[in-house]
Amino acid sequence: MTAEIIVVTSGKGGVGKTTTSASLATGLAMAGKKTAVIDFDVGLRNLDLIMGCERRVVYDFVNVVHGEATLKQSLIKDKRYDNLYVLAASQTRDKDALTMEGVEKVLDGLSAEGFEYVVCDSPAGIEKGAHLAMYFADHAVVVVNPEVSSVRDSDRILGLLASKTRRAEKGETPVTQHLLLTRYNPARVAIGEMLSVKDVEEILGIEVVGVIPESENVLTASNNGIPVIVDANSQAGQAYGDTVARILGEERPLRFIDVPRKGFLQRVFGG
Amino acid sequence: MGILDFLKRKPEATATVARERLRIIVAQERSTRGAPDYLPMMRNELLEVIKKYVHVDLDAININFERDSGHEILELSVTLPEGKQAAKGENKDEARTG
Ligand SMILES: Nc1ncnc2c1ncn2[C@@H]1O[C@H](COP(=O)(O)OP(=O)(O)OP(=O)(O)O)[C@@H](O)[C@H]1O
Ligand SMILES: [Mg+2]
Repeated sequence: MTAEIIVVTSGKGGVGKTTTSASLATGLAMAGKKTAVIDFDVGLRNLDLIMGCERRVVYDFVNVVHGEATLKQSLIKDKRYDNLYVLAASQTRDKDALTMEGVEKVLDGLSAEGFEYVVCDSPAGIEKGAHLAMYFADHAVVVVNPEVSSVRDSDRILGLLASKTRRAEKGETPVTQHLLLTRYNPARVAIGEMLSVKDVEEILGIEVVGVIPESENVLTASNNGIPVIVDANSQAGQAYGDTVARILGEERPLRFIDVPRKGFLQRVFGG
Repeated sequence: MGILDFLKRKPEATATVARERLRIIVAQERSTRGAPDYLPMMRNELLEVIKKYVHVDLDAININFERDSGHEILELSVTLPEGKQAAKGENKDEARTG
């Protein structure tokens, strides 16, 4: 059996790739899938913090690629979910420490270990690290913010997914593209200060797979080292839950994209 | 426009501005995707040449790159400004090379 490879990518930095990778991998594990999440941001390890396993990193992705540790030794088992594992990025090596063959070897190894999904958290940019993270992908989650530079960069990334991946080079079925709009603020959209879901869909010519609202709970979750999807009371957590379900083929309506209607008393007294 | 209309008039929503700018730049970048990287420089040099005859800006020069089965097409269109004064020489509406 071969694992489904999902890359989480964006072009632009700081738009929410690592936040999304952590919640996506956790959501897949919650749905019963044996899942590994790999940090491709070599030199800038961060996924371990968001997943809350930073003090349990012994060996990392680069160690496995270079044969300095086995895959089994390097995979960190999640505290909450038995079928979820993290492979950390190296903090000390530079980005040239990864090779195409090395990455392929690790992905094949994960398939052999019975993993059903591998989530690849891409570094920002369109250089080598981002290229390696997307190269073997079956699915791509393109994270975009409702903001001009992010939208433009995501279009670049969509172009690269269609041309610079293994599937594209071999002429196979293209990488499945999922556009994920994050840090969405319905109140600012309502007053014309922010691009709407529809705007972004029209500009890029692709439908969103989910919309994650701008939410304080994301910071709280990262403070605690618990992916926000675990917080079932938060809108961001629920929106990530819906997104994972859609990626697994379920149909769910979008939530949290409209400004909540004010109640009667609020309308009378303001607030 | 009455004074009341003027007072009630909202400034154009910035999201609308963002959307229109993105529409144009995304379309332009898609049309030159995978094209040779000398295109921007070539566009600039063409501008210099065209400027000797007509007043145009860089964004008046549109380059479209297409890859058909077997051959590549570079399409160039220049939108000339309206009105006679703009022209230094002879004025044509649109110049196209295939
Ligand atoms: N929905 C959201 N609401 C509020 N804050 C968010 C949301 N999503 C992400 N953030 C915040 O945005 C910042 C960047 O997020 P993250 O690290 O996931 O981005 P990234 O794309 O992985 O960045 P890099 O390109 O550096 O790897 C973090 O501080 C995170 O908490
Ligand atoms: Mg990141």
